[in-house]
Amino acid sequence: MSAAIHTPTSGFDFSNANRNAFLESKGVKMPKATSTGTTIVGCLFKDGIVLGADTRATAGPIVADKNCEKIHYISESIRCCGAGTAADTEFITALISSNIELHALSTGRKPRVVTAMTMLKQRLFQHQGQIGAALVLGGVDATGAHLFTIHPHGSTDKLPYVTMGSGSLAAMAVFESGWRPNLEREEALQLVVAAISAGIFNDLGSGSNVDACVITATHAEMLRNYVMPNVRVEKERKYGFRQGTTAWTREKVREMIVSEEIRPRAVAPGGEAMDTS
Amino acid sequence: MDHFPTNWGRPKYDGFDTNATYPFHDHGHNQSAAFAGATQHTQQPIVTGTSVLAIKYKDGIMMAADNLASYGSLARFKGVQRLHPIGDYTVVGASGDMSDFQYLQHVLDGLVISEEINAQDGHTLGPAEIHEYLSQVMYSRRSKMNPLWNSLLVGGVKDGQRFLAYVDLLGVTYFASTLATGYGAYIAQPLLRKAVEGRENTLTEPEARGILEEALRVLFYRDARSINQYQIATITANGVDISGSLKLETAWGFAEGIRGYGSQTQ
Repeated sequence: MSAAIHTPTSGFDFSNANRNAFLESKGVKMPKATSTGTTIVGCLFKDGIVLGADTRATAGPIVADKNCEKIHYISESIRCCGAGTAADTEFITALISSNIELHALSTGRKPRVVTAMTMLKQRLFQHQGQIGAALVLGGVDATGAHLFTIHPHGSTDKLPYVTMGSGSLAAMAVFESGWRPNLEREEALQLVVAAISAGIFNDLGSGSNVDACVITATHAEMLRNYVMPNVRVEKERKYGFRQGTTAWTREKVREMIVSEEIRPRAVAPGGEAMDTS
Repeated sequence: MDHFPTNWGRPKYDGFDTNATYPFHDHGHNQSAAFAGATQHTQQPIVTGTSVLAIKYKDGIMMAADNLASYGSLARFKGVQRLHPIGDYTVVGASGDMSDFQYLQHVLDGLVISEEINAQDGHTLGPAEIHEYLSQVMYSRRSKMNPLWNSLLVGGVKDGQRFLAYVDLLGVTYFASTLATGYGAYIAQPLLRKAVEGRENTLTEPEARGILEEALRVLFYRDARSINQYQIATITANGVDISGSLKLETAWGFAEGIRGYGSQTQ
């Protein structure tokens, strides 16, 4: 009788887990998962959701990207901030964004925040925390405004104000002393900026600028680099070399392009023009 | 005589290997002292206090701490005073192991008495001297691998001069106009810095009190080893005043309308 061992076709294969545990007990150093320090926040206000994020991406103690974008697009009125391993947050939000678009086309309805949340949490749980994505998901749909946090192991929380990342304690301190129900748009934005700034100035894993995104029932407004409290001081001198620093004897300039004319091709009969929008 | 070259130039483990019988330096760390005459050092804190906060304001220093001494995750002792006055000019606030703090209180009280009796020169110990003494004691204990497991804030006013400093189990010292130990460093410091930095000379007493109370409230919300009962110490040119136990007002209705943790609507 053949005892067919069924290996699942999706998710991770955990057959090396025993081997790794044994090696670790013998003193072999396990590779450490790199976390990209971050401050991300989300806040419910009168008309919808405000999401906020800093813009620093770190690789250990080094700043890898001074102005990266951590507020990812899921659908027109749903956005997701990502903390943790940058590659994981980018790929998983892109994947779910794509699936949400297909789902919306299939159902003929505008996508809902709980749908994106369920897709994200089911995939993260399937991978047992190996996908290091800690997300703040927020948006407005037909059922109203919703704000969720999703942890790498797949647990979710539904709250009126949330923070994630290494700067989350600093940002949460600001929220706990400043949030109240039914804030106006300007008040909510100010609170989010204050919370992200607390993370930027008190946490070494966060820095540079503040990104914000305001989502209401009518429209979603992405405010990239909304506040820039860390602008580099203008360089006092120009550091180019003057012409003549290197001596030359002769100069000859040859035009590589003699003449150029661009004519758009006519659309073939019965075919569609390429969509270049 | 140590016959093993691998031990030369390295710290001696006299505590459990007096005659240097083992050739390898790394014998496994902190082996439990299982025989007579054994001494055990570097410990773990048992009964602990959480954050202490302190700020400089117009008239002097204000320091705050809650009244809890935890036993791991048990809220064991709820009437504990973690702010201790020393002499006439200083208050020392402690987080970390409470037994080590009680020992330090004993040592510092004895110090003030002996300075006064032995020297009899009219000089009294102010906050700067207390802090310097503590930092010497703490660093020397850490160098003997037998620390006093505390993070201390020393604040006071003497001769019109405000003093506020931090010293901990490693002997690290730090001076600033806002200080916080424990979780306060992550949660309260951002709030204290925003509210105080630049305004140390104009902040009034009720404003300073409000700032510390707000920070303590946020700590009660977010630190799982805190309670809402606290004390505030105010030190000015008029001396030290440690308030009685006060209670924090809190609001827990922020998620009243929410059901479940995901897609649940009922």
